[in-house]
Amino acid sequence: MKIHEYQAKEIMRRYGIPVQPGKIATTPEQAEEIAREFGEPVVIKAQVYVGGRGKAGGIQFGDTPEQARDAASRVLGMDIKGLTVEKVLVTPKIAISDEYYVGIVLDRASQAPVVMVSAAGGVDIEEVAETAPEKIIKHTIDVRWGLPSWQARELLARAGMPSNVVAKGGAILAALARAYEGSDATLAEIYPLALTADGQVLAADGKILIDDAALPRQKEYAGWAEPEEANPLEYEAKTEGLTYVKLDGDVGIIGNGAGLVMTTLDMVARSGGKPANFLDIGGGAKAEVMKKALLFVARDPQVRGILVNIFGGITRGEEVARGIIMAQQELPKGMPIVARLAGTGEEEGRALLADAGLTWGADMRDAAQKIVAEIKARS
Amino acid sequence: MSILFDKDSRVIVTGITGHEGLYHTKGMLASGTQVVGGVTPGKGGQTVEEKPVFDTVEEARAKTGATVACIFVPPLGAAESIMECAAAGMELVVCITENIPVNDMTRVAAFLKEYPTRLIGPNCPGLATPGAGKVGIMPYHIFREGDIGFVSRSGTLTYEVVALLTQAELGQSSCIGIGGDPIIGTTFIDCLRLFEADPKTAAVVMCGEIGGSDEEDAAAYAATMSKPVIGFISGRTAPPGKRMGHAGAIISGKTGTAQGKVEALQAAHVPVAETIFDIPDLVKQALRR
Repeated sequence: MKIHEYQAKEIMRRYGIPVQPGKIATTPEQAEEIAREFGEPVVIKAQVYVGGRGKAGGIQFGDTPEQARDAASRVLGMDIKGLTVEKVLVTPKIAISDEYYVGIVLDRASQAPVVMVSAAGGVDIEEVAETAPEKIIKHTIDVRWGLPSWQARELLARAGMPSNVVAKGGAILAALARAYEGSDATLAEIYPLALTADGQVLAADGKILIDDAALPRQKEYAGWAEPEEANPLEYEAKTEGLTYVKLDGDVGIIGNGAGLVMTTLDMVARSGGKPANFLDIGGGAKAEVMKKALLFVARDPQVRGILVNIFGGITRGEEVARGIIMAQQELPKGMPIVARLAGTGEEEGRALLADAGLTWGADMRDAAQKIVAEIKARS
Repeated sequence: MSILFDKDSRVIVTGITGHEGLYHTKGMLASGTQVVGGVTPGKGGQTVEEKPVFDTVEEARAKTGATVACIFVPPLGAAESIMECAAAGMELVVCITENIPVNDMTRVAAFLKEYPTRLIGPNCPGLATPGAGKVGIMPYHIFREGDIGFVSRSGTLTYEVVALLTQAELGQSSCIGIGGDPIIGTTFIDCLRLFEADPKTAAVVMCGEIGGSDEEDAAAYAATMSKPVIGFISGRTAPPGKRMGHAGAIISGKTGTAQGKVEALQAAHVPVAETIFDIPDLVKQALRR
């Protein structure tokens, strides 16, 4: 789950990481008011779920409360990579003398979190990883012990952090490792970790991704979830217990099991169609769930036909067929549906579909070709 | 002979009194698997399908002689169940549970380094050895005894492909679903090694998908094997940065693309099927049948 910068900083603050005070504004007037409270020059930062905010103009400065208001009015409502800025973080401006990247990320290969530290300030860390990997210092965390401060200091010292601040930096990095574990993150990064002229070290920006699977035990953070405007359907699907990914084609796709659905998308593409989505209804779905899934997929205005591909084990073919028939009455008139049912309840399901005048595919390839042909025939 | 498990293996089910645990225990018994008991803390002394339920894995192992555990414990308790099984001396642990927090799995991975236990999964359909039975949730009737080893990251895709193999009269020696999570106990390369050493296996079908680099690692090993490997990769149409259902099925930066995996397999002289329907023919060609 993505969270905003101000929320990531709130988690960091709880673990003892120094962050600047900051407040959220949703109107230019609020931004002005907050700037007046701070009584010093501020930064206005767009709070959206994408990187590259600075380049897009989503980070602006205001030396006076009036300028803060003007900056906020420019940033609020701005479109950044398809997302509309609805809130900004207003925070006092600091004079950064030096900056570092520190991050902790789940590493599949070592099956453990890995710490990454780099002195390469002012650039994209992924670019550094690509072009100059030697500039990133890596350390695999032993999850039995976590990341002790001495190890954190050692990593920062190797990255060139000066001795007058390395103790502060080490405490911050060790705290970041505790925040990573405590918030069930899969990524926690501070960038930049800012050094100021007066010897302070603080998290000037931060990002945390929280493991969706851990949300049942991270109830407070689960409550921070908000729809991402770029794909409101994905958010809604999640709240309905469906796994849905929006794509940009016109063939709606529903199946059971992630690998099968992915393979179905590939098959539709090979048959000359463009998948509109990925939707996995999971195992053992009943007719009601099938109906809900169909109506859900059809809400994407790009969808011009739907393919249902079910390999029944604990999912029963007749339940699937009943769900399709129930949904058909509520779907846009003439929306083609092709279903392919295999396994448990296959024959009963097919009989139901035949009675309702619906098309079925003999196998996944046949079904993919039929739906693509039906859509073409109607265009 | 088969890999990992045979008809003499004694199996316990953790979470046996839960809805899923109970349902699939019946399925395992029907397949011929020797389920000899189960574990649910607080329900020791009860029976399920006439099999004894114990409070701890330790007790279940001592009283039943089981060496294999199948886990159906809900997500937030499943990692603990894996560790309990390893500590109790289980040789093979098959974890079906989906949605285990990944940081729990990092702890499991560290814990298992201290034990000889092999973990399959989590978030997997388990394994099946046609003629001997299954551990997990695979629909057993689709299998047919034979000499094709099968390994996949997915559940329902496994059933699809196995059904195609069976239709083409290509029976299976063993079939393993290794799971769709980013951190899993047994990887493709581990399975290829097991199949290479198994005298009953003549060729291996490996169904991978986007995310991570396990398929690439396995490709390098496949090049050194004495037996042919046939590959398939799903997720060719998946966009970067999107999680395609499986927690592990995500393209991150340049890592984990379908194209990268296909190329790695081809470079290792592993034929890669364009669609699953091409798999049986590629197997037959490789075995010159």
